[in-house]
Amino acid sequence: MTSYLLRRLGAALITLILGSVVVFLGVHALPGDAALALAGEERSPAVLAQIRQEYGLDKPLPVQYLRYVGQALQGDFGQSTRNGSSVAAVIAERLPVTFELAVLAVLLGIAIGIPAGIASALRRGSGLDYAANGFALVGLSVPHFWLGLLLILEFAVQLHVLPASGYASPLSDPVENLRRMLLPAIVLGTGLSAVLMRQMRSSMLESLSADYVRTARAKGLPQWRVVGVHALRNSLVTVVTVLGLQLGALISGAVITEQIFVIPGFGKLLVDAVFQRDYPVIQGVTLVTVTGYVVVNLFVDLTYSLLNPRIRLSGRST
Amino acid sequence: MSALLEVDGLGVTFTTEDGPVHAVNDVSLTIQRAQILAVVGESGCGKSVTAMSIPGLLPENAQVSGSIRLEGVELTRLGAGELRRLRGKQVSVVFQEPMTSLNPAFSVGYQIVEVLRQHERLGRRTAARRAVELLELVGIPAPSRRLREYPHQLSGGMRQRVMIAIAVACSPKLLIADEPTTALDVTIQAGILDVMRTLRAELGTAIMLITHDLGVVADIADRVVVMYAGRRVEQAGVDELFAQPQHPYTLGLLGAVPRLSVTSGARGRLTEIPGMVPSLHEDPDECSFAPRCPRAAADCRAHRPALRAVRDEHLAACFHPGPVRP
Amino acid sequence: MSGPAPADAQVPAPLLEPPRRRHRLVRRFVRRRLAVLGLVLVGAFVTLALFSPLLGSATAQDFANVMVPPSWAHPLGTDDLGRSELARTATGARVSLLAGVLSTALALAMAIPIGLVAGYYRGWADAVVTRATDVMLAFPFLILAVGLAAILGASLRNVVLALGLSQLPGLVRVIRGEVLALREQDYVAAAVADGARDVSIMARFILPNAMSTLIVQATVAIPGAIIGEATLSFLGLGVQPPTPSWGTMLSAAQGFLDQAPWLAVFPGLAIALTTLGFNLLGDGLRDVLDPRSTR
Repeated sequence: MTSYLLRRLGAALITLILGSVVVFLGVHALPGDAALALAGEERSPAVLAQIRQEYGLDKPLPVQYLRYVGQALQGDFGQSTRNGSSVAAVIAERLPVTFELAVLAVLLGIAIGIPAGIASALRRGSGLDYAANGFALVGLSVPHFWLGLLLILEFAVQLHVLPASGYASPLSDPVENLRRMLLPAIVLGTGLSAVLMRQMRSSMLESLSADYVRTARAKGLPQWRVVGVHALRNSLVTVVTVLGLQLGALISGAVITEQIFVIPGFGKLLVDAVFQRDYPVIQGVTLVTVTGYVVVNLFVDLTYSLLNPRIRLSGRST
Repeated sequence: MSALLEVDGLGVTFTTEDGPVHAVNDVSLTIQRAQILAVVGESGCGKSVTAMSIPGLLPENAQVSGSIRLEGVELTRLGAGELRRLRGKQVSVVFQEPMTSLNPAFSVGYQIVEVLRQHERLGRRTAARRAVELLELVGIPAPSRRLREYPHQLSGGMRQRVMIAIAVACSPKLLIADEPTTALDVTIQAGILDVMRTLRAELGTAIMLITHDLGVVADIADRVVVMYAGRRVEQAGVDELFAQPQHPYTLGLLGAVPRLSVTSGARGRLTEIPGMVPSLHEDPDECSFAPRCPRAAADCRAHRPALRAVRDEHLAACFHPGPVRP
Repeated sequence: MSGPAPADAQVPAPLLEPPRRRHRLVRRFVRRRLAVLGLVLVGAFVTLALFSPLLGSATAQDFANVMVPPSWAHPLGTDDLGRSELARTATGARVSLLAGVLSTALALAMAIPIGLVAGYYRGWADAVVTRATDVMLAFPFLILAVGLAAILGASLRNVVLALGLSQLPGLVRVIRGEVLALREQDYVAAAVADGARDVSIMARFILPNAMSTLIVQATVAIPGAIIGEATLSFLGLGVQPPTPSWGTMLSAAQGFLDQAPWLAVFPGLAIALTTLGFNLLGDGLRDVLDPRSTR
């Protein structure tokens, strides 16, 4: 168990380091001169040279990288070239908004996807199975931003029951916060519930046809034990993994959902930064995203190994 | 006293995407208390399907016809709940795949205790104590330590012993063993067969042994049913069958058994039965074995031979029976 | 010991009488009505894309007919510049299908050799490839695509490049896994024992047997790329006006939700139906080509 954990931890660390190199090089590959952006109106060669020296932009890339990572580790992601504010502070302000959106979407996705997947696996070929599969296929095929537009069209423009856009802090006005978060959470949760439903259905079908489930039936266990204990336990393992992998799709979805509903979150921060060529912000946001992704997947691996005695006891991966 | 199990005119048809498959046709057999009946045949001959129809463990696309009576109770007419209470309690199954038949997510102890608590309503402690006794019965050393282990920590032979312990936990009247030793090494096979002999002797369990291994049959069975393409082709006591095999298919199977002693067989060569097991989609009126049979004649292709007594207590479905090796 | 086993147990599927197998696969596919529906949907949009010029100009402006609701004269209505929504949606199909198919083809063209080498030779090449895909997969698809689009600049060609590169790590991982599994098959071991060259083993045994997986993966990747193109264009990082793309059309429609709601409906419906078509097709192909999976 410990050796397995250490190995996973090491792999995650390497991914993180390489990921940060990719982010750094990627931002460097962006068109435009960072010094030019920092200089603003005053673009005399002397000023530019001074800025380059001040920000270490005249140093070789590896030196710049180490300097950047060193500062990032201390929580300093530099300043926005747009308004000079601390990138770390902006991220800290925007992150909870996206976090709330993601949590609501995941809850929605689990609440719909898992029971629907189990039910349609148990009633394979029934009307319920077709309905659930149809819903999942549509959920996978409808892009986030169109679903968002349709929901705004229906609930905000036609029915006037929910606001079309905007954000309210859950601390100052929790009810208004939920009213404004409802449609975005539905938009973001629909695709997730579709993916979870299909994964749950297929791993449940696999478990149900497994030899150990046949054994459970042969033991004369009641249906709820065969399904709810023997099949479900093994199916959940794969579903947890998929949920971790879906984090990427969730972040992608959050970027576009926040854009449509004008929610001042992490994703909108990134898109705005791309258009404003605010490189320190792009760099910071991407780095935090990658870190979050790696950490969450490390967590998923932990959960996976807890659910799977083979790894828990021997430290071998499957 | 009537037989423990009476199967009469059993038929099983699977509905598949490529049309119906007649896996089992008109199979009848009886098993007495504490008797070991072997059902023999190649893969796909319907022996497992026959066995699984008894505790109602066939997949949903199977249609069963005919009658299955356990101590006079008609099993094919039982409701799902009644059938479930019978499984693991009166009729138990040991499967072929010891590596995958135990749930990897639960400890050995949990999986034994589970069946005891289900059928015997035992308390947690009593059930755990009983589980230790069962592991001892099936010959697992250090049983109380093994209880806490997970399936992946056990060897194939040990897992199969655990499967047997689970199957006999509630002292079933009938144990169905579906190729229990096929996946195991020869030395481990012998141990498993010993366990089954012990069960029969100590618990009076009747055993329906599904196998394609005639060595195992000779070792342990009392009576033998030979199946081919979903039908019985021969049926006799074990000594009678080995001494006087009548159906050319049985002869073929016997010829395909590797012999250890050079004296008994000509050169100890393994003869194969030429050809393939027929598809079970269509069911023409001819002997299913005819295409592979050295004795096949015009009559074999014109009609299906009925099962008839060719000797005392010895049935065969063949127009040209006889113990002469082809 | 028990006589000959059924012959199809160990032989890889493509080696088993191709014409009969193909016939059986076609029959199985046709029986799946949803898969056929998917094929019809995809075919319909391909036809729409091919013949879009017949439906009128996508860029001709008509200020006498601005934001006209759907009618006989304007079947899908007109937009804020009086352009025909029908012609624009049809032309948008070209952009979407082109971006979806080309980027997937590009990704496959890169992923197949990489996956083959990594899965077949293992060793350090595999270690490098696995590490690299792990790192790239830590970047969410859209973040990667947005980043690449920002680096490359907004145009259809660059969208194809960005989406192709974004799909690469996932496809490499799938192909590598498949090759790794096929490498262990008995018939490959037999070919190795026969002294066949690596390239010929890959071409004759591994690639043909990985084909089902590749076809299914491609069918599943295309709708993802189509949504990706629409998303990038919606954000303004993709195809630039006046070239109509379903994403840019929806982006423009956002401003007229209360005056011209139909502008927000048709391009989105087109995206949804195209991706639905590919998804149905992919599910059907998966069922038919890969009977092991239960999905």
